[in-house]
Amino acid sequence: MTGAPQFRPVADHALLVEFGTEIGAEVHAAVLRLDRALTAQPCPGLREVIPGMVNLLVGFDPVATDHPAVTAHLRALLARPDAGAAQGRRHEVPVCYDPALAPDLPAVARQTGLSQEAVIAAHLAGRFEVFMYGFAPGYAYLAGLPEALRLDRKPAPVRGVAAGSVLIAGAQCLVSTLTMPTGWWVIGRSPAVILDPAPGAARPFLFDVGDAVVFRRIDAADYAAMAKAREGASAEVGQGA
Amino acid sequence: MTAALFSVVQAGAHVTVQDGGRQGAMRFGVPASGPMDRRALALANLALGNDPAAAGIEVSLGGLVLDCQAGAVTLAVAGGGFIVEAGGRRGGSWQVLTLRAGERLAVRPGPWGSWCCIAFAGRLDVPRWMGSAATHGPSGLGGGRLGTGGRLRVAEPRVQAGSDGAIPCPVWARARSVVHLVPGPQERFFSPATLATLSEGVFRLTDAYDRMGVRLRGPALWPERALAIPSEAIVRGSVQVSGEGVATVLLADHQTTGGYPKIATMLDDDTDGFAQLRPHDTVRFRLIPAAEALRLARLRARLWRDYCARSAARSAGVFSGGGQAT
Repeated sequence: MTGAPQFRPVADHALLVEFGTEIGAEVHAAVLRLDRALTAQPCPGLREVIPGMVNLLVGFDPVATDHPAVTAHLRALLARPDAGAAQGRRHEVPVCYDPALAPDLPAVARQTGLSQEAVIAAHLAGRFEVFMYGFAPGYAYLAGLPEALRLDRKPAPVRGVAAGSVLIAGAQCLVSTLTMPTGWWVIGRSPAVILDPAPGAARPFLFDVGDAVVFRRIDAADYAAMAKAREGASAEVGQGA
Repeated sequence: MTAALFSVVQAGAHVTVQDGGRQGAMRFGVPASGPMDRRALALANLALGNDPAAAGIEVSLGGLVLDCQAGAVTLAVAGGGFIVEAGGRRGGSWQVLTLRAGERLAVRPGPWGSWCCIAFAGRLDVPRWMGSAATHGPSGLGGGRLGTGGRLRVAEPRVQAGSDGAIPCPVWARARSVVHLVPGPQERFFSPATLATLSEGVFRLTDAYDRMGVRLRGPALWPERALAIPSEAIVRGSVQVSGEGVATVLLADHQTTGGYPKIATMLDDDTDGFAQLRPHDTVRFRLIPAAEALRLARLRARLWRDYCARSAARSAGVFSGGGQAT
């Protein structure tokens, strides 16, 4: 069980609700329950709710409400054991482990003492949960990397790692949405649209926090076809703008 | 004329399209972005009778030079003390002017301020993402960065000849070298002596300054406890402290989460004036409890509403051709 949360004011416009100080499944489940309960029953003046690893930031309009009123609303939600019990959605994300798209697969195999195929099998066996977004738009931290694949990140980040790279480090996995430097290990590439840059995208992000994710293996030909379809879609968007 | 067209003769780093910002997407890793000095864009828009959150251009210390290639449009420049040359006339930020085909607009750093905004009497024709043209610098999503050689199009341009001239720079739109901080959310990681250092010390902005935030120089703020915390949300105005006791203030394009402890968080309304300080300028912090910050936020929101109402009344007078005294 998680104890009573701590409520910490953040400047004039937010409240941090902290369920613990160590990352763990129960603490995170408590974060998610309050996130869902608050989304279902927002308080007056609520601006946004941002789930973290062990806490939840609740942003509000300081003209419409204040820290004590938001705290009272959250306490009332926390007192109801059924609030926020809903389950997230489940996603199957295609990933291609072709050597050209998985530059770190040999290094991960070497460090874990597994064959490359065993690394892939372990990754595919992972049952992941979207823990939080952070770092950059659409960067969804997926918790649940199997023990056998857990490695420290690289000593120095590598620049220019392509968008769509399937990255692992520690207990987490992430499918990048931007070409950026990273110190995580690149074990594959996904053509999935995790972040949709189209101006009219109804739902620009594939995942919500709390969703379940599994990976499905595709070959290089499937990857090329799916990536091409994706490019075609964004080209149409580009012409429309 | 159906549009006013501009070519970008020169654009410094971090010159971007911005609007009122993209609120509510932090849970997906997307900060609000928007102008570094939100009042500057709002005041420029108000001077033209626009929605205060309409899309405009934010100019950095890198400056901007535009050539008007076709059409004509009235525009407003507000924020900081930049130097503005238009069609051979030289002035500063805080003016409304009309630019016509063949004329050049040059905006360069002047006596004070790090950012200034240009609003147009018309609609800036730029890409939007998630309903906003605000540019998220690191990804380029939104209206986008301006680059030398690029083009800009203002649709439905208006020439509001009667409104050309100076616009007031309210005292609260100046750079702010004393700003309010609320301790926390990780103030418990720091000793009372370190919190006293934060409130009594003199800090300076460094050159490590972009739209994501600015690193400070000053007395060290050593954390007493473990350095890393589980990743949690950051806000515009978070003052995070690295292992070397160095503080960074997060600003418009901040990362949405991070694992460094935040010793304090800046009053949201102070972040705009703070952003107008320049590298090497000094800043002092006044630590106040959350309830006091809330009182200040409400007072300033009321002043802003009153100002907008007066400004709208004034514009209505000018644009109806009534020509009433302001």
